[in-house]
Amino acid sequence: MSFYEERQRYNHFDFESYFEQITDADIEKIIGKSRLTEWDYLALLSPRAEKYLEEMAQKAHRLTVQHFGRVILLYTPLYLANYCINRCVYCGFQVLNNIERKKLNLTELAREAEIIAATGLKHILILTGESRRESPVSYLRACVDVLRKYFTSISIEVYPLQEEEYAELISAGVDGLTIYQEVYDEEVYAQLHPAGPKRNYRFRLEAPERACRAGMRAVNVGALLGLNSWRTEAFFTGLHANYLQNTFPEIEVSISPPRLRPSPGGFQPRVEVSDKNLVQYILAFRLFMPRGGITISTRERAELRDHLVRLGVTKMSAGSCTAVGGRSGHDSTGQFEISDERNVPEIARMIYAQGYQPVYKDWQVL
Amino acid sequence: MQDVLTIGGRELTSRLFLGTGKFAANKLIPEVVKAAGVQVVTVALRRVDPEYEEENIAAYVPRDCILMPNTSGARNAQEAVRIARLARAAGCGNWVKIEVITDNRYLLPDNYETIKATEILAAEGFVVLPYMSPDLMVAKKLVEAGAAAVMPLGAPIGSNRGLKTKELVRILIEEIPLPVIVDAGLGRPSEAAEAMEMGAAAVLVNTAIATARDPIAMARAFGLAVEAGRQAYLAGLGETTVYARASSPLTGFLRD
Repeated sequence: MSFYEERQRYNHFDFESYFEQITDADIEKIIGKSRLTEWDYLALLSPRAEKYLEEMAQKAHRLTVQHFGRVILLYTPLYLANYCINRCVYCGFQVLNNIERKKLNLTELAREAEIIAATGLKHILILTGESRRESPVSYLRACVDVLRKYFTSISIEVYPLQEEEYAELISAGVDGLTIYQEVYDEEVYAQLHPAGPKRNYRFRLEAPERACRAGMRAVNVGALLGLNSWRTEAFFTGLHANYLQNTFPEIEVSISPPRLRPSPGGFQPRVEVSDKNLVQYILAFRLFMPRGGITISTRERAELRDHLVRLGVTKMSAGSCTAVGGRSGHDSTGQFEISDERNVPEIARMIYAQGYQPVYKDWQVL
Repeated sequence: MQDVLTIGGRELTSRLFLGTGKFAANKLIPEVVKAAGVQVVTVALRRVDPEYEEENIAAYVPRDCILMPNTSGARNAQEAVRIARLARAAGCGNWVKIEVITDNRYLLPDNYETIKATEILAAEGFVVLPYMSPDLMVAKKLVEAGAAAVMPLGAPIGSNRGLKTKELVRILIEEIPLPVIVDAGLGRPSEAAEAMEMGAAAVLVNTAIATARDPIAMARAFGLAVEAGRQAYLAGLGETTVYARASSPLTGFLRD
């Protein structure tokens, strides 16, 4: 059974009623459990659980230190191209936005890679908009060939691919996949993706499964917070991660809880997701999946990121830039505004100050 | 006579091996090694970065220690073999701890793939120490495959749950002609001492030391516990019985 079918089981589930019947005693009992069910996880995402954040944080901290140690993996995103044929209403790269379009050639890519590699980072996440004409798999493959000289781990955050295409990129040296479903609610998804191949909800939802079957080593999933009720989106993200871990026990599963940021097009979040909400989500997920990775990007502001180090986060981006060619001086428009603008040494110093170690290399493509 | 553990032709007087994956700073590693008198340190090759000396975990292992790269991240024998070869090519020596894990929830080892990797690497001249679920038949196959020691888990990695596999480890110690090194799960010095009292050749500890409030003091405590447990084993523990055995028997006056 694919995750699409798993997800269907909740189509008529009344989340509000479930949240209403959760009691303080339920939350206390769940925090004390060593293994949580999906219903326990949902309870920890409820409004009722908000007053137990400190208890959840203490446990989340202990579990994270136990399973991951006091270390935070650092990586950085590298935008290859911003051509896109989708019309996602919230995205700065969507086709109707009047921004300068750019695609790195391999020489420009090498220059960007050199600049990033000089910071010591070994994990890179490459991104593109969705355009099979401008950024076909063959282009991604050529980019990976260049990047292998500089980095020991290469992840992709690109449009969903077929299984054999994932296999092709894995054989070229890709070992990680990030793909956000954006919205797990299929109806809301349809409203937010009015045109373009991204309209195909199921093809995107099942992309991580195809990548895992193709032999991907690490997979990161998430919902874009601000597009729909964060509690249910966080729930489905956790279920998705849990499904992937159960179905493909050999892969490293992570989630990201990205919040919408200002971007070209000026889309306003439909739902406000506060810092407190974000923290509740991170803590609930940590208690649900003690060995699941949690990634926090530079979408979040510096002060908040500093505090999140001790609450369950395992990976952080550093020295980010969302513009194509932005590091080597090309002045294109970024996909969204980043919030934590510190460079890699500054982030590393912050992590040390929290009593943790920044890790620059944690995988080597075999 | 000095009590020496010999593995792969190297003589070791310390029976505490150190894992390095979870420390808050690499610079703690030399101090921990010193506090506990450790001679064998395992590092994940996935964390070794020879090009970036400042953050290279291997650079923090004192030179007089044996550096034992592990194959953390390997999902099958083939990957473990490739990692081991990469480690040797990177100058990490010929000791290798085989870790083949296909279960990311509990990090339990895949014994079948571990045997295959051991066979290949031992034939290539590596000193192979396989991390394994304690199973006698698997351990016997690892002996045949050319392992230099076997490393059964006490409990899942990082769990600090102690010697949950005690009975199975005891059987390995009795039946296997190689050093049995209890790896993973030991959370307290007393548990390390218990493993040593049973006759384990050594123990490997990471999480319990690295995540302690004071890792250096905890390393010292583990070092002492391992030594105490070893001394107790060598001294010969008294038998345990269900009934009391009085030092001054009540029926001692009876003669045949």
